[in-house]
Amino acid sequence: MVCSLGIEGSANKIGIGIIRDGEVLANVRRTYITPPGEGFLPKETAKHHREAILGLVRESLKEAQLEPKDLDVICYTKGPGMAPPLLVGAIVARTLSLLWEKPLLGVNHCIGHIEMGRFITKAQNPIVLYVSGGNTQVIAFSNQRYRIFGETIDIAVGNCLDRFARIIKLSNDPSPGYNIEQLAKLGTKYIKLPYVVKGMDVSFSGILSHIEELAEPNKRKNKRKKATDEITDEGEVSYSKEDLCYSLQETIFAMLVEITERAMAHCESQEVLIVGGVGCNERLQEMMRIMCLERGGKLFATDERYCIDNGLMIAHAGAEMFKSGITMPLEDAFVTQRYRTDEVLVKWRQD
Amino acid sequence: MSLDILKQGAEGRLYLGEFKGESCLIKERFVKKYRHPELDTQITRQRMKAEAKAAGRCLAAGIRAPRILHSDLNQHKLYMEYFGQAKTAKQFIQETVASKGDLSESILMELCSRIGSTIGQMHSNNIIHGDLTTSNILINPKDTDYEVVFIDFGLSHYNQASEDKGVDLYVLERALLSTHSEQPYLFDAILKAYSKDSGKDQEAVMIKFEEVRARGRKRTMIG
Repeated sequence: MVCSLGIEGSANKIGIGIIRDGEVLANVRRTYITPPGEGFLPKETAKHHREAILGLVRESLKEAQLEPKDLDVICYTKGPGMAPPLLVGAIVARTLSLLWEKPLLGVNHCIGHIEMGRFITKAQNPIVLYVSGGNTQVIAFSNQRYRIFGETIDIAVGNCLDRFARIIKLSNDPSPGYNIEQLAKLGTKYIKLPYVVKGMDVSFSGILSHIEELAEPNKRKNKRKKATDEITDEGEVSYSKEDLCYSLQETIFAMLVEITERAMAHCESQEVLIVGGVGCNERLQEMMRIMCLERGGKLFATDERYCIDNGLMIAHAGAEMFKSGITMPLEDAFVTQRYRTDEVLVKWRQD
Repeated sequence: MSLDILKQGAEGRLYLGEFKGESCLIKERFVKKYRHPELDTQITRQRMKAEAKAAGRCLAAGIRAPRILHSDLNQHKLYMEYFGQAKTAKQFIQETVASKGDLSESILMELCSRIGSTIGQMHSNNIIHGDLTTSNILINPKDTDYEVVFIDFGLSHYNQASEDKGVDLYVLERALLSTHSEQPYLFDAILKAYSKDSGKDQEAVMIKFEEVRARGRKRTMIG
């Protein structure tokens, strides 16, 4: 029986989760929300996490009805992510480990997402689409590692959505992506946007620049582009925020579904698992489900409790590592901003 | 006309059929319901045209690619030459490694050198494949030897920019790393042969390739 506590704080969410032998005992989380039009910066995010983390640890133990002595291992996110917020989690994890005399494990954030998704959905060996504010990867398990078959060659899909939300001044509460999704439901007109797929890789930065120009034509720096007839005399544009959100989602999600389908064909797989913050978007899930149906495949997806960064995924992945005999000396308990998914040797999977 | 479905690829369904008495492969890009209809029509047309065009350009340049017999834009069907005996490079590599033991490395090095020089020829003719993976390269037996055939030109385009050629190589490198992680020498061998045959832009392409790679490395940053 392994009882594991996980601390996640790689971006603007700080979360603690406790899991005991596949039984979820606690999963608490706070999100650092910035005003509309602003993103979260490392220093302020770390400050938010520092103020919240100890309360969350107490809250999670209370919710799980456990004493520190009941735990077997303390896990934290080692990377990838922003260093200052990551450090908050690592320092608390190291302190708790010494204080309570429990072993310590650093977990790769991406692996946490994948293992959590597999655990919740019971998917066996799926193609994983990992989409979040910092990552866009199509992953398949082969030869003891999670191999990256396709990914973004510039910014992440969540980053593209977040930045667009900032441009049109959408609220960051509960998340920019959620607010885009709600506005998109009201959109009706499809505006043509660039569609960039290169093999199993995608690119979003060009789409962002393009839609930025559509949303704020007055800020346009590139005068060579001739004004389209949809711009009225005052230079105002008739594109509504709803239509822009709708078209942006339709375009970038179609790209994601397409590269996932390519990976399915290439690896001859019939299962897809979507993880990461953007993964709780219902339109993305719907599109992916249709694609799977067309190929006789099956889609696995989770809701916001497990999709969005959470402590539980670190606790679960850490528990799997712990069970397979992986240990980590205190000297190695640092954080790293660069930590690729395929760097981790997956000892806990036998297939 | 009988239609036996052969397999469902990433982009469409493949059937065996015939065109004017010749047996051929029919690739149908069926309507993808997950996509917005406007976007779907645009993508499908664009890719069918690209595929037919690039295959033709390859043949004209003496690069082995399937002959396109007929393209039916309204039914989204492309009729092309069928390589019944061929297997994909992915299968070939995996089978060679499994059956040939110590000999496999030299067999694969030879294969990579042929793949590399063909890609070099394509690029020197400004044909960008756009989706270079070992699933899109066929090994077609010919007498006692084999020939390398490139397929799936749906994402291809015609461009002389070294940026696009660099990205093309980067896509291939990534596909090899993930699919054939146990044979890390494959890409180096391809690149070596590529350098010899990629024409006058070779240096510029290599510089761009390194640049694209560096962009990729940045991706290790944020979680």
